[in-house]
Amino acid sequence: MGGLIKSSIARKVAMALSGLFLVFFLLQHFTINFTSIFSADTFNELSHFMGTNPLVQFALQPVLIFGVVFHFVMGFVLEIKNRNARAVKYAKYSGGENASWVSRNMIYSGLVILAFLGLHFYDFWIPEMVHKYVEFAPEDPTRYYPELLHKFVSPVRTGLYAVSFVFLALHLWHGFASSFQSVGFNNKYSVAATKFAKAFAIVIPLGFIIIALVLHLNHNH
Amino acid sequence: MNLTLKIWRQKDAASKGAIVDYQVKGIEGDMSFLEMLDVLNEELIVKGEEPVVFDHDCREGICGACSLQINGEPHGPDRLVTTCQLHMRKFNDGDTIYIEPFRAKAFPVVKDLMVDRSSFDRIQHAGGYISVNTSGNTIDANAIPVNKDDADDAFAAATCIGCGACVAACKNASAMLFTSAKVSQFALLPQGQIEATDRVLAMVNQMDEEGFGNCTNTGACEIECPKGISLENIARMNREYLKASLKG
Repeated sequence: MGGLIKSSIARKVAMALSGLFLVFFLLQHFTINFTSIFSADTFNELSHFMGTNPLVQFALQPVLIFGVVFHFVMGFVLEIKNRNARAVKYAKYSGGENASWVSRNMIYSGLVILAFLGLHFYDFWIPEMVHKYVEFAPEDPTRYYPELLHKFVSPVRTGLYAVSFVFLALHLWHGFASSFQSVGFNNKYSVAATKFAKAFAIVIPLGFIIIALVLHLNHNH
Repeated sequence: MNLTLKIWRQKDAASKGAIVDYQVKGIEGDMSFLEMLDVLNEELIVKGEEPVVFDHDCREGICGACSLQINGEPHGPDRLVTTCQLHMRKFNDGDTIYIEPFRAKAFPVVKDLMVDRSSFDRIQHAGGYISVNTSGNTIDANAIPVNKDDADDAFAAATCIGCGACVAACKNASAMLFTSAKVSQFALLPQGQIEATDRVLAMVNQMDEEGFGNCTNTGACEIECPKGISLENIARMNREYLKASLKG
């Protein structure tokens, strides 16, 4: 059982499972955000539920934070280990001949996403935590949409969000489909599963970009 | 054709190596890559210089001895061939060709282009076998029914010649394609079931101890493998490993 924690395969499976968990979270996050572009009331209602439900706040949220931290810490650990596995580099290395750019540069797309998470926490999560658990402000179920809109006034922030989602798409393009292989799923259904994962990698980040742009334009009109 | 060769020269395991430039002239397209190096070495010997050391044996693409990272790819730009089966017609007159040893911490350079791949042997020793009673009551393998698809997949996995191109190609210097092929060729057959749990745990453990990197599913190994070993084997090894870990 010891190998289930330390071995290369266990770490690979752990990366895949934490990644799949984050994919589910992304879908849920996207669904709620998507409501903001056609119904402020629905968005407020869902946000209020997510922000005040004790199960979400004190069970799912810590699990999510653990999932995110685990995924990027393990990503760094594996990156360092992998770099050490080839101490002397090739004078000429034609990585592009046998593997895609995105698959070879997950660490960089991941780093951009991590930097984005810093901005995203600064924008939403930290103010939210301060509002609820430091200032103990009274509940206001209608505050979410105006706060959201306010954040997307800045074209710079809107642009940064859009660029980050492009990197998210690149990361998902390899990561989501690759997670199936890591957990041992490679059979006659793999072609369909990979197509689904690649479609997800485009559609969801693109959707997030559209939401950011719509909110930005909504405010300016 | 006339070529410029940029070859990694390294006196011994402890020395620091460097790329050295050589010119070869009159190379014919029908020569194999190793024959082209033979031509260079003959010239070096005549000049009283140290010839370039490289691994080779059968020169028929079946032994797994030849290696070489050629222009950034193991076994060169051609597909499904080893370096000995790579022909100079794949190159053009005036080309500059980089020739380096397979690079991995677990494949230390012995001299020039020759690397020590005994880490693969140790992975194989850890569990890449089946125990058969040979006391005179041995059951003929053909008497044991095997599903045709499984037999084909086991055979395909067993065609791995252990050359190390998968490790050389992988940006992480991972040995998972090799190890998974060796796990798969037994995992798919009835004879391999008895030791299946111990086998996958021991071979993966040895692979990790040798200092190979981790697989990140880039798929470079499958593209560069001279025997076309499939990534399906890695997925199978992952399944076998998880199953064995939970059991053992």
